[in-house]
Amino acid sequence: MSENKHILRVENLRKSFGDNVVLKDVSFTMDKGETKVIIGPSGTGKSTLLTCINQLVKPDSGTIYLKDINVTKAEEMNKIRARIGFVFQDFGLFSHLTAMRNVMIGPVKVQKMNKEDAKNLAYEELKRVGLLEHADKYPAQLSGGQKQRVGIARALAMQPELILFDEPTSALDPELIGEVLAVMKDLADNKMTMLIVTHEMGFARTVSDEIIFMEDGVIVEQGTPEKLFKNPEHKRTGEFLFKLTELYGEGDE
Amino acid sequence: MFNNIVEIVVNHWPDFLEGVGMTLLMAMIAMSLGTFFGTILAFLKVYSNKFVVSIVSGFIEIIRGTPMLVQIFIFYFGLPVYGIRMTAFGACILGFIINSSAYQAEYTRGAIQSIEQNQMTAARSLGMTRNQSIFSVILPQTIKRAIPAWTNEFIYLLKYTSLAYIVGAEELMEKAKVIASRNFLFLKIGKETGNSWYGNRQIKKIASKQKLKKLLKKKEKLKNMKKVA
Ligand SMILES: Nc1ncnc2c1ncn2[C@@H]1O[C@H](COP(=O)(O)OP(=O)(O)OP(=O)(O)O)[C@@H](O)[C@H]1O
Ligand SMILES: [Mg+2]
Repeated sequence: MSENKHILRVENLRKSFGDNVVLKDVSFTMDKGETKVIIGPSGTGKSTLLTCINQLVKPDSGTIYLKDINVTKAEEMNKIRARIGFVFQDFGLFSHLTAMRNVMIGPVKVQKMNKEDAKNLAYEELKRVGLLEHADKYPAQLSGGQKQRVGIARALAMQPELILFDEPTSALDPELIGEVLAVMKDLADNKMTMLIVTHEMGFARTVSDEIIFMEDGVIVEQGTPEKLFKNPEHKRTGEFLFKLTELYGEGDE
Repeated sequence: MFNNIVEIVVNHWPDFLEGVGMTLLMAMIAMSLGTFFGTILAFLKVYSNKFVVSIVSGFIEIIRGTPMLVQIFIFYFGLPVYGIRMTAFGACILGFIINSSAYQAEYTRGAIQSIEQNQMTAARSLGMTRNQSIFSVILPQTIKRAIPAWTNEFIYLLKYTSLAYIVGAEELMEKAKVIASRNFLFLKIGKETGNSWYGNRQIKKIASKQKLKKLLKKKEKLKNMKKVA
């Protein structure tokens, strides 16, 4: 394999927990600068898929390539994780560190960046998510939306090639969702490569390049939002999108 | 009565100070080593493999499940049988350290587990190694959360040092007793020996032997009762 234009290539991924087959033969790719949204009912394996990509969960079989590296066989997994950002539903901020230090810790500990440079970098990333004035606050002093923006800044500080988002706005009060989606939209506009599990249909529709609809551990259908919303190939896709739009609305985007 | 006490304290304040110093010293030694080993035990219990976990848990359960006095007796009177001899002070300190370790291991384990698993996951997602995650994310928070428990632990330890007198370490309760005996003549002690360290030792030895005999008798009784039953 010489040149691989995909940033991420997932092939025939399978994962079971005991008797529970969660991922059954999942394959897809992502190119640089793409934003893809994964949707699907609860328990379908969306989170499992994301955690397989950065190997927090080991898949049973299948391969995952990050550019030319086979992640499933990689020896230095920590180095690969450092190149893949992860944004969690419940933020996962380090409660004993200020927003600034939360953003600095990755570059300092993992990339061995000196503190001064890391501070400047963290400053830039916090500015990017609009949180400069909160840099010295601890997570407990921040609102949910602010916490999640720190989470995004923390991921960005690692200069990742790809960021995975697992329902980044699901734990937020409705009035706080917008500020987080705005940051994500800004990243998409700046050609960050992002794979996002979300129920925010407005966002999926207007920001994503492609929507992946998963159910029962398989990708039922994937395509542009235009196609999936207007002209889905599978009846289930249409039904699910209809239900989601009813539940969560069209969004403001 | 009150005047007497004041008088005694005033007249014997260097002895009291020495006793207070000893109690504090013992508690502080036990506290710091107990914290050190307790933290290690807690992290082993949460983050190591099943085999180590079962050994650590077993140790903690045994220590927490038996009276500290019995443990100290075993160190002081039992270990010499195996050629390990220690001073009374040493036996007490050892008992305090081991006990404090076992109790603190449990407090600290609670503190570790109260830190959301999510923070560990987040640290690993950034590319931190397990050890980096433990040392720079979990440990600092554990320490913060364990501080209230440590305060309690220190108060307990201060109380426990009174145990020391039974096997004869120089500490507050003992001092008080010796002074009391000098003043109220609870025990007839020779003038020469009464004030001396040797004298103190003898009293304590007798006291502790009697305690032990009582304990053994109790055990014998229990045995007999069991035989009967
Ligand atoms: N560590 C685990 N051990 C055992 N079973 C697991 C584990 N993680 C996930 N599962 C199971 O795998 C299935 C898929 O879970 P997953 O979290 O990937 O679904 P999801 O699509 O993200 O759902 P949701 O929308 O509720 O987040 C579920 O049945 C879940 O119970
Ligand atoms: Mg999920």
